[in-house]
Amino acid sequence: MTGTTPLGYLASAGERSHAIVSLTWFTLLVSIVVCAVITVLLWIAIARARANGGAAETRAIRVGRAPKALRWIGVGVSISAIPLVITLVWTMVTLAATSGPPADAHLVLDVTGHQWWWEVHYDAVQPDQSFTTANEIHIPVNTRVLVRLHGADVIHSFWVPKLAGKTDTIPGQTNLTWLQASVAGHYLGQCTEYCGWQHAHMQLEVVAESPQEFQRWRVQQLQPAHNPLGESEQRGRQLVEFRCGLCHEVRGTLAASRVGPDLTHLKSRRLIAAGVLPNTAGALGGWIEEAQGIKPGCQMPNQNLTAQQLTDVVAYLETLQ
Amino acid sequence: MNRGDDRVPALGTASPGLEHRLYELWEGEGGLQGFLSTVDHKKIGLRYIVTAFIFLLLGGIEALIMRLQLAAPDLKLIGPEQYDQLFSTHGMTMIFLYAGPILSGFSNYLWPLLLGTRDMAFPRVNALSYWIYLASGIFLYVGFLSGNGPNDGWFNYVPYANRDYNPGMSEDFYSLGMVLLGTSTTVGAANFIVTAMRTRAPGMSINRAPILLWGTLTANVANLLVVPAVSLAFFLLWMDRQFGTHFFDVHAGGQPLLWQHLFWIFGHPWVYAIVLPSMAFVSDGLPVFCRRTLVGYPLVALSTVATMILGFGVWVHHMFATGLPALGMSFFSAASIAIVVPSAVAVFSWLATIWNGRPVVTTAFLFFASTILLFVIGGVSGFMTASVPVDWQLTDTYFVVAHLHYVLIGINVFPVVGAVYFWFPKMTGRLLDERLGRWNFWLMFIGFNVCFLPMHLTGLFGMPRRVYTYGPEMGWTTLNLITSVGAFIFAIGVVLLVVNVLKSRRVGALAGPNPWDAHTLEWSIPSPPPPYNFAVIPAVATRHPLWEGYLDEEVRSSLDRGLLLDKAKESLGTTPLDALPDMILRMPEDTSAPFVLTLGLGALFAGLILKSWLLMICGLIILTAALLVWLWPRRELREREAAHG
Repeated sequence: MTGTTPLGYLASAGERSHAIVSLTWFTLLVSIVVCAVITVLLWIAIARARANGGAAETRAIRVGRAPKALRWIGVGVSISAIPLVITLVWTMVTLAATSGPPADAHLVLDVTGHQWWWEVHYDAVQPDQSFTTANEIHIPVNTRVLVRLHGADVIHSFWVPKLAGKTDTIPGQTNLTWLQASVAGHYLGQCTEYCGWQHAHMQLEVVAESPQEFQRWRVQQLQPAHNPLGESEQRGRQLVEFRCGLCHEVRGTLAASRVGPDLTHLKSRRLIAAGVLPNTAGALGGWIEEAQGIKPGCQMPNQNLTAQQLTDVVAYLETLQ
Repeated sequence: MNRGDDRVPALGTASPGLEHRLYELWEGEGGLQGFLSTVDHKKIGLRYIVTAFIFLLLGGIEALIMRLQLAAPDLKLIGPEQYDQLFSTHGMTMIFLYAGPILSGFSNYLWPLLLGTRDMAFPRVNALSYWIYLASGIFLYVGFLSGNGPNDGWFNYVPYANRDYNPGMSEDFYSLGMVLLGTSTTVGAANFIVTAMRTRAPGMSINRAPILLWGTLTANVANLLVVPAVSLAFFLLWMDRQFGTHFFDVHAGGQPLLWQHLFWIFGHPWVYAIVLPSMAFVSDGLPVFCRRTLVGYPLVALSTVATMILGFGVWVHHMFATGLPALGMSFFSAASIAIVVPSAVAVFSWLATIWNGRPVVTTAFLFFASTILLFVIGGVSGFMTASVPVDWQLTDTYFVVAHLHYVLIGINVFPVVGAVYFWFPKMTGRLLDERLGRWNFWLMFIGFNVCFLPMHLTGLFGMPRRVYTYGPEMGWTTLNLITSVGAFIFAIGVVLLVVNVLKSRRVGALAGPNPWDAHTLEWSIPSPPPPYNFAVIPAVATRHPLWEGYLDEEVRSSLDRGLLLDKAKESLGTTPLDALPDMILRMPEDTSAPFVLTLGLGALFAGLILKSWLLMICGLIILTAALLVWLWPRRELREREAAHG
């Protein structure tokens, strides 16, 4: 059922969301049963109606005193209290199990919400072991990952439903959350605190993979960008340095601004523009030329490059593996 | 309300001569002057109802446009900017300009009639409260229609509402408009509280008052306590935007969470304030159609108060994802779960009343009875969000959108429409058409559930709130289409209500004083009521003054014989709990002061938005002049002593 709904939260892929899914199902089933019982009671009560009509029919029925029916309230409230108490206890137990950041986190990420993309920083004790990427988070399976959430501009909310519930990224404070995936796979995330025009298009992807694959990915991400050989790529690189470099960083080049997403390994990501487009040469070209048409209001301006310039830029970006 | 003299008022019976005298004393002027200066609670109440209903229709149109945009994936009917203003304006309209004021309207109209008195305690304040409400509604809609509608959702989180991220005038209109509206709500609340405590007919001790008194009184005590929080929040925001104060400015040590606390400490009690009076419609209306008294009156009355008290301690459940400490959140989680208990009391009382009654299915009954089911659905989804870990998943998805619409439409709109069918004959003297009423009910009921029941699933499938579009790969396509279809069915139902009201007020069957053979005092007087409401002030002996014969009560209320108070425009003040006669209240004549005061206030706020000193100063002058005229002590109102000697 939820296989076709990438953001559905009735299924889980990690220990944290798993604990929440069982409680969600319990409260959901209690709710459905309560609604069903009340519907039946109400239906029967109305089916016993003496008349159907308007004012005259109403007046025709003689008024009486309600029989002593306080038992209804007593019994009804008492029965209602049972699932309430169970839910309360279950809630506290689940809260204790899922809220605190894990003490044994082997990996620490700093995720910053921006209008309208996610900056992801892999922290490490040695500075040369840390790096920054965007919108795609890789984690090893069966490992608890601590995520420190920061706000760059307005409030956003970090949500990867198959792995964890929401935690807001609030400017001026650091919130903690944690992720753990038991199953390898791609898990969609989405900003869930309204943050302006492109709130709808602020997705991220968590890629849970085996520790070996994760290690390979990490090593690759630590590399600066290769210097391409082709002529077109070289021209493209210059353009990227002098134009895109106003906002973006490509490590190993002159493009070194942190305003927009890091592009050093742009092509290693599956999607671009925070989940809006596939990462193909065509989509990349379209995005560079027409960002405002694809994602109105976003911080990326339309570039108005000549056809040759665009070809060169895309050719260079395609080398950023 | 002013203390009268020490006379002992005369007792007497209603007679044509008395009614004529009272009519001369109480009937206001006609024409434009009379329209602007009336302080009659019935006229003000109806204005409130009509104005709020117009806002309901506007908010509905906004909703339909959004439902068109979301009917299929990747539609480009409107862009993000329009969508953001639409959903924010829709929320602002429904929650602030419809849901609260419509209930103030009903209580304004009904309270003096239910309580057996001739007007609200402060009739001029009542007029002021309406005019300011109207002014704030116009102010906010001038913003919307000039392209400056709110664009940050109805709860308007900072920093997105700060000027850095939100240049333009949208947030200035919203903040100032809300401060203006807060004034209206606050003065109205004070008036309701004093009216409830001091003007009930003699003998109507607090345990004999209709549940509507409990509902509206509780709601207004809450309003008096919490509206200042939100007015302050909006004022601080406006200061941040205009003068660079730093209450919410992170770069200067301001706190985004300060806004959320100030807003929700108001926002959650407000939710109860806009459902407790409408729940009271059900508590007072259902027994009439079940031909039996309400089961468990004391429990329902106390659960109303208990809901509100607990309601002050649940606001943090709107903030479970903001990174607050788990221990702190667990208290709010527990309180949010506990609040189910008083709600369950009301539900089982209503069920028991129908079950043990001899129900007659009328349109009003259908609306009241369906409220029970919609309340339960909205209640259980609310109970789910009370659990912190579950809420981390549910919050800010369409599950919450479904939940809040079950609450606000299910427990506000449905009982309000029921109340229209129930009290329309009292207000106009004519019954609404029952056949059209059935179409009205079933289209609204089916449309509503087709629209909002599948929305729970849309939420469980992960659709976030406040997105202007979505992709086809997300699995929400079919559900959204169903929801959009349901929205239009619901809208047709609402249109039928309008048709029924417009048609029946001219050609509806004549109602007479008590068409439903109901039990409360308003049904003892003609429909529509005369300007003075009651020819003699009734004396109340039981909870069901008009059903005493049926119920074989040992004591009987006195409806035809009572205090005359026909020497001047007067009414009776009674003691707060036992409603013993206490003083003669000298009621004020019609006056344009509230209207002029509002004009001044409107000019002041228009000056603030346009940054025009001239307008601001004019506004202040008008405002001050109106206040002076209003508050100048008058001898005939015994606001100052007659000269001695």
